[in-house]
Amino acid sequence: MNIIKIMDENKLSISLEGRLDTTTAPDLEKALEGSLDGVSELVIDMGGLDYLSSAGLRILLGAQKSMNKQGSMKVTNVNETIMEIFEVTGFADILTIE
Amino acid sequence: MEELTVDATVENIMQVTAFVDEQLEALDCPLKAQTQIDIAIDELFGNIAHYAYHPEVGAATVRVEVIEEPLSVVVTFIDDGIPYDPLARREPDVGLSAEEREIGGLGIFMVKKTMDEISYEYRDGKNILRIRKRLERL
Repeated sequence: MNIIKIMDENKLSISLEGRLDTTTAPDLEKALEGSLDGVSELVIDMGGLDYLSSAGLRILLGAQKSMNKQGSMKVTNVNETIMEIFEVTGFADILTIE
Repeated sequence: MEELTVDATVENIMQVTAFVDEQLEALDCPLKAQTQIDIAIDELFGNIAHYAYHPEVGAATVRVEVIEEPLSVVVTFIDDGIPYDPLARREPDVGLSAEEREIGGLGIFMVKKTMDEISYEYRDGKNILRIRKRLERL
């Protein structure tokens, strides 16, 4: 999985490419660690993401909880497979998906 | 029937996925079904890698079979680790807020929702977990 981070003042944009699964979720966790200080807007672009597993959901939940305390988070460009995962798991109600 | 036996480690999930995908591509499996099976491998083989032999490392076998009527692919995960029935786990409450949510059990829940059948048995000292996904003819 490729992770591209762009910081613009208080807005952090993260683009993901590939698969967010057991093998790659720790990479996203590391990319987020310490990067959310002072961030009031977090955007996770899933345009290049093929799919995610529960290991990825765990990281998204952690990020959402952090951002609930300090600003907002949204997830963009979600493909049909990933949207179904969000719906089945109730994440569609937890995340802001655009 | 094709079979692959490797050490049950997180590092080997990619190899197992590639092995199963190869069989699925030969079957002209629709991409969506393949993606759902790949996710199931991540959840199920990942579970074995994390828990079956912890803290040791042991082997796991992944078997791919095709059955007709209805055309389905069956993937079986076999390990000789500690007996563990993932289906016995209480289902997560998917209606809770972010603050109340727990991730435990979510992976197996997703697999149950996306596969047509899932079964577990413990036989001859082995955990045998089987998933079946129906393939629509294109």
